[in-house]
Amino acid sequence: METEIKVTPQLAAEHGLTPDEYARVQKILGRVPSFTELGVFSVMWSEHCSYKSSRLHLKRLPTQGPQVLQGPGENAGAVDVGDGWAAVFKIESHNHPSYVEPFQGAATGVGGILRDIFTMGARPIAVLDSLRFGSIVANNDGVVSEVIARNRRLVDGVVRGIAFYGNCFGVPTAGGEVAFEPGYAGNPLVNVLALGVAPKDQLFFARARGEGNPVIYVGAKTGRDGIHGASLLASAEFTEESQQKRPNVQVGDPFLEKLLLEACLEAMATGAVVGIQDMGAAGLTSTSCEMASRGGVGIEIELARVPQRETGMTPYEMMLSESQERMLLVAERGREQQVFAVFRKWGLDAVEIGRVTSDGLLRVLHHGQVAAEIPAQALAHEAPVYDRPAAPPRPASPQSPEPRVTLAPPGTDLTQNFLRLLAAPNIASKHWIFEQYDHMVRTNTLAVPGTADAAVLRLKGTRRALALSTGGNGRWCALDPRLGAMHAVAESARNVAAVGARPWAATNCLNFGNPEKPEVMWQFRQAVDGIAEACRVLKIPITGGNVSFYNDTLGKSIDPTPVLGVLGVLEDAAHVVTTGFRAEGDLILLLDGHRGEGTAGAGASASASNRSAAALREFSSSEYARSVTETRAGIVGGAPPAIDLVAEQRLIEALVSLAGQGLLASAHDISDGGLATALAECCFAAKSLSAQVSLHACEQAELALFGESGAHAVVSVTRPNLAGVLAVAAQYGVAAHEIGAVIRGPFRIQWNGHLLVSADVSLLADAWAGAIERAVLGRRDSGKR
Amino acid sequence: MKFGVVVFPGSNCDHDARYAIGEVLHQPVDFIWHQSEDLSGFDAIIVPGGFSYGDYLRTGAIARFSPVMRALDRFARVGGLVLGICNGFQILCEAGLLPGALLRNTGLRFICRHVHIRVETTATPFTSAARPGQVLRIPIAHAEGNFVCDATTLVDLKRNDQIAFRYCAPDGSLDSLSNPNGSLDFIAGVCSRERNVLGLMPHPERAVEAALGSTDGLVVFRSLIAALARQPAAVS
Repeated sequence: METEIKVTPQLAAEHGLTPDEYARVQKILGRVPSFTELGVFSVMWSEHCSYKSSRLHLKRLPTQGPQVLQGPGENAGAVDVGDGWAAVFKIESHNHPSYVEPFQGAATGVGGILRDIFTMGARPIAVLDSLRFGSIVANNDGVVSEVIARNRRLVDGVVRGIAFYGNCFGVPTAGGEVAFEPGYAGNPLVNVLALGVAPKDQLFFARARGEGNPVIYVGAKTGRDGIHGASLLASAEFTEESQQKRPNVQVGDPFLEKLLLEACLEAMATGAVVGIQDMGAAGLTSTSCEMASRGGVGIEIELARVPQRETGMTPYEMMLSESQERMLLVAERGREQQVFAVFRKWGLDAVEIGRVTSDGLLRVLHHGQVAAEIPAQALAHEAPVYDRPAAPPRPASPQSPEPRVTLAPPGTDLTQNFLRLLAAPNIASKHWIFEQYDHMVRTNTLAVPGTADAAVLRLKGTRRALALSTGGNGRWCALDPRLGAMHAVAESARNVAAVGARPWAATNCLNFGNPEKPEVMWQFRQAVDGIAEACRVLKIPITGGNVSFYNDTLGKSIDPTPVLGVLGVLEDAAHVVTTGFRAEGDLILLLDGHRGEGTAGAGASASASNRSAAALREFSSSEYARSVTETRAGIVGGAPPAIDLVAEQRLIEALVSLAGQGLLASAHDISDGGLATALAECCFAAKSLSAQVSLHACEQAELALFGESGAHAVVSVTRPNLAGVLAVAAQYGVAAHEIGAVIRGPFRIQWNGHLLVSADVSLLADAWAGAIERAVLGRRDSGKR
Repeated sequence: MKFGVVVFPGSNCDHDARYAIGEVLHQPVDFIWHQSEDLSGFDAIIVPGGFSYGDYLRTGAIARFSPVMRALDRFARVGGLVLGICNGFQILCEAGLLPGALLRNTGLRFICRHVHIRVETTATPFTSAARPGQVLRIPIAHAEGNFVCDATTLVDLKRNDQIAFRYCAPDGSLDSLSNPNGSLDFIAGVCSRERNVLGLMPHPERAVEAALGSTDGLVVFRSLIAALARQPAAVS
């Protein structure tokens, strides 16, 4: 036996445990922990694994609903989507690893969330990625700073990593979103959402039970990679030394994961599997103690039996390794040979390494000697919970609420501005990214990326389809985290409704800075409250997700970025609605969930001048204000648009009903870049069609064209369907303004009689289509400001 | 008439091929495990797309040594119909059942999108239902689809009418913008000299339903079914 390092308070501190936490460890054990035990506690009680700063607040999220089969607390959430099927889905972050090592960081982010899905018995049918990077566009003088060059490398590495893993594994990467803001330069966000499906009565859970049942290790061998990934990488701020943490990033093997998927589903089908959990963050430690804790039992494992790819590994290293593509399962005693046979067929290791006990202890043996012996419940589910102090940021921050946008004089031609907006990376086509992903494998993808507001996957064997959208706006959340978070929910739900699906459930990934900073904690609490309120009004339960704190580099926190993933259900897959205009002569309608007149959502009850000031303030936070008007670079001003959740709900209901009755030729929600951008995108997704639109608005031209107030959508309808569409809109209390027609010829927008935008669609499409590729690859930037 | 779909470790378009044949075209179809050497009862074999053995070595280089490939070789030699799609095409090239090789795309990136391909010969059991020169809109999804062969082989391919598909513009013309991966002479698919083995990089099984955006891939499977209907019985 090796002699273990002696544990001291100082060593505990180096493991990230506070003096109080270390005292608590000693109290639970009734003695000084062994070195292995210290390691085990330090990962399980890390922020990443224990949610100790967020748990108190996450309780405020609505998680109930008749459709919910499994809420937060398992590997993933599950909802009943009809016809006997369950959808299993969850979103997770892999931010820090992706900054340190973008390719492997992003790749293992995909791998980790996929395991969470198939460990529940569901076959993954889609992945979506929500990505945030720093700016990739050269400065006005054309200079590419070191930061921008690095951001470009990060984009390239992350996209390649996602492609590498998802394509090989064989899951379509069917959607998601990408945004670029300076605040993410030192800390990109890589959030990955995976969706799987299973017969709803055949879900598997991460619970051990049955004293004497064998505990079986399956999948890849254990190495020294990823040790302390959860605690050191994911639960601490970034410093200049963080690049040295590259050895803490795991390395992904999508081929092995594909084998693991097939073997696990086949093993589950034998009926011999009692419970199963993937080894993600904190590896063998978390699987063993969490499965024991959830099942109210104990687990004893012998580490000498663990398949290892390196020699001389200590118990500490084996318990903390985050080697990928591994699972722990509990089988029914006497039927383990059935499990072994399946894994042998797929050429994978499957080894009985322990058994379920009744004493509630996680007992870790190494060559028969006890290396750790800890009450599983205390370790897994009684981690400290903190109510950290929260305080709003000082108003002197750059995010001051005054309007910063200067509008063009009335009647000014806005075509050039519009071209610049379309070439802005946040608006520009993302096809260069999604074409590197196989978004069609498994032949369920009913709307390929770029052609619909949400990813749409059919459910083979039924008439149903599932829709998924992710959304989140860090710029708005920096200005007002509560309002920004409400918009994240509303926009994702609107996206799902725009394809005709009823919003059904949501998962969230909450990306924030260091929770020990009171202003970050304030942002977090505000965002949670915003999500809770929006989900309650829109009747969308949250079934799980992930919190990513410590997104700080060199002391600077990211913009608070809650990302929402909303799942929707289409009862008839034949009624999917896409964004592209369909036929010349169709009418274009602007749907507005607000009952009031006009197209602005701001302060319906306020006086006209107040309303105008509020509208301008809101416009200051728009993508147009940021990337087109001459504001100070990188400074975000104003406030997010006010939100009317009831208006959102009305619009959602109307869109779902219109789609269900087959009344729409196309639908597209209005979000980044406003109405003009939405109209152009409807043309880009069509075959040689254009739009001619005439607006009669009381608000200023740029606000009408590029404003981003919620609860709006653009739809096109055939003339015979117009009366039907108006009737449905009226039924749901949604205003429907006929604003133009689908034509062949130049794209034109008139505002109060002035022609403000006039250009061939091909010209607009050129600005929009190549901007990302040009920027990432550092090609000459034709859309230069 | 029975189809077989080979499953290698890492195949991931096996289910899609099976679905297209079984559910869309209503033909009997079964999976064939890579360790099987028994192809009796099968009339046509699909070698599907995916990442056999992760494609960590050269694509298809490991899969070609699977036991099923020995059986497939025998099956092909007696005239059995074999269709290789994407990774399946790469494996058939590695196994020597088809000429040429597939290099990395010239852009060095994975590409997934609909492309247009032109039917260059209808004198194969996989294209007989198409019109000569017919343009098909079918997705590709690969990182190594850049077809190459030596000059002599290219001359042979042309002389023997073995070039089955070429990448093209929507109107059927050949211009460099419509060649997505840099393939030699726009080649998207070739058949064996005996015409019973065909490989192509595009995925016809992803283009068999209007809901998925194209039905142009049906012509490949309909040709196959017609060819099998002409055959008296299983060949092996």
